[in-house]
Amino acid sequence: MPSTVALTVARYRPEQESEPTVQTYEVPFRKDWVVLDALNHVKDNLDGSLAFRWSCRMGVCGSCGMKVNGTPKLTCATFLSDYLPGPIRVEPLDYFPVIRDLVVDLTDFVRKLKQVRPWIIRKEEKPPAEGEYLQTPDQLDTYKQFSMCINCMLCYSACPIYGLEPGFIGPAAIALAQRYNMDSRDQGAAERLKILSEHDGLWQCTFVGECTKVCPKHVDPAGAIQQYKLTAATHWVKSLLLPWGTR
Amino acid sequence: MSTEPHYTLYHPRWYRRRVSVWWWLQNRSYTGFVLRELTSVFVAFFAVISLWQLRALAQGPEAYAQFLARLRTPRFLALDTVAFLFVLFHAVTWFNLTPKAMVVRLRGKRVPDWVIVAQNYAAWLVLSGVVAFVLLRGR
Repeated sequence: MPSTVALTVARYRPEQESEPTVQTYEVPFRKDWVVLDALNHVKDNLDGSLAFRWSCRMGVCGSCGMKVNGTPKLTCATFLSDYLPGPIRVEPLDYFPVIRDLVVDLTDFVRKLKQVRPWIIRKEEKPPAEGEYLQTPDQLDTYKQFSMCINCMLCYSACPIYGLEPGFIGPAAIALAQRYNMDSRDQGAAERLKILSEHDGLWQCTFVGECTKVCPKHVDPAGAIQQYKLTAATHWVKSLLLPWGTR
Repeated sequence: MSTEPHYTLYHPRWYRRRVSVWWWLQNRSYTGFVLRELTSVFVAFFAVISLWQLRALAQGPEAYAQFLARLRTPRFLALDTVAFLFVLFHAVTWFNLTPKAMVVRLRGKRVPDWVIVAQNYAAWLVLSGVVAFVLLRGR
């Protein structure tokens, strides 16, 4: 086991440079350290000016997504020991504007997420006195997988379509739309379908499938999008055959 | 490709990386994906050949013999071999992807992915068997 490992970190200090550069730090190697531990070691002991986001350290908050040796990863769940002997390359997520060092701006995603209406839509809310909307475990099971998304943005960073067509609504937002579509308590599927059938919606996806591979929560956004496409296509055929039935 | 500005309004110092023309060489699944997109031309080629065969068949035995003779030229044989390999590649990759698009539930439980894939392969085998039977029956 080596006693140290080299961490090559992308730096971007807009007040000093117009393009990102890299800086290498030699950090102690410990078997139980993840990349985020190494970054915190740099920040605390070697270079306090390094900027990166993190919060929970246990794969729940979705803040510490970065590219490690070119692959989007949650740095709190990526062990140094898997990248020996190094150097380990840490870069900000692709396709989002870099604000500083490893920090990217996610405004675009938040705007798109809102577009797909990720909340339960009811045609008419029943009064609280009538009780809650009940759901069986099987009904919960149909969408639970898609509800595990932590908005870490690894799937966007893995999606070349999002890189080439920045308008694309993107994997996580569509998976979350599907999460609500499949919820037995929701009645907003038609509303969401209208938004997602537009040019920047579903059909931009050409099924590269990389979003599913990088997802740390096994949400399977690629699956969600393909299932959604099937629903949209069925809906379209139905509207041709029975124009009065789908109104 | 869209023509987004390479800066963000009010934040001219945010850095936007351009997507490299060679993005599809970055990892194997990107390359596989682009290969699938590009080689769909060969799937179309196969379809065109089949239509051409039907037309020759409709035009009578002479036209059909001419069609078969043309297919036997080395150039066509080479092209056919390449096209066949790519059609096979498409069939296999799409079969493997079907469980992503098709979620089948039986008695509330999701049918495992491998069952859906296996059914596709089984249908392929059965259909190939039927085609082989029809073709080889007369020999």
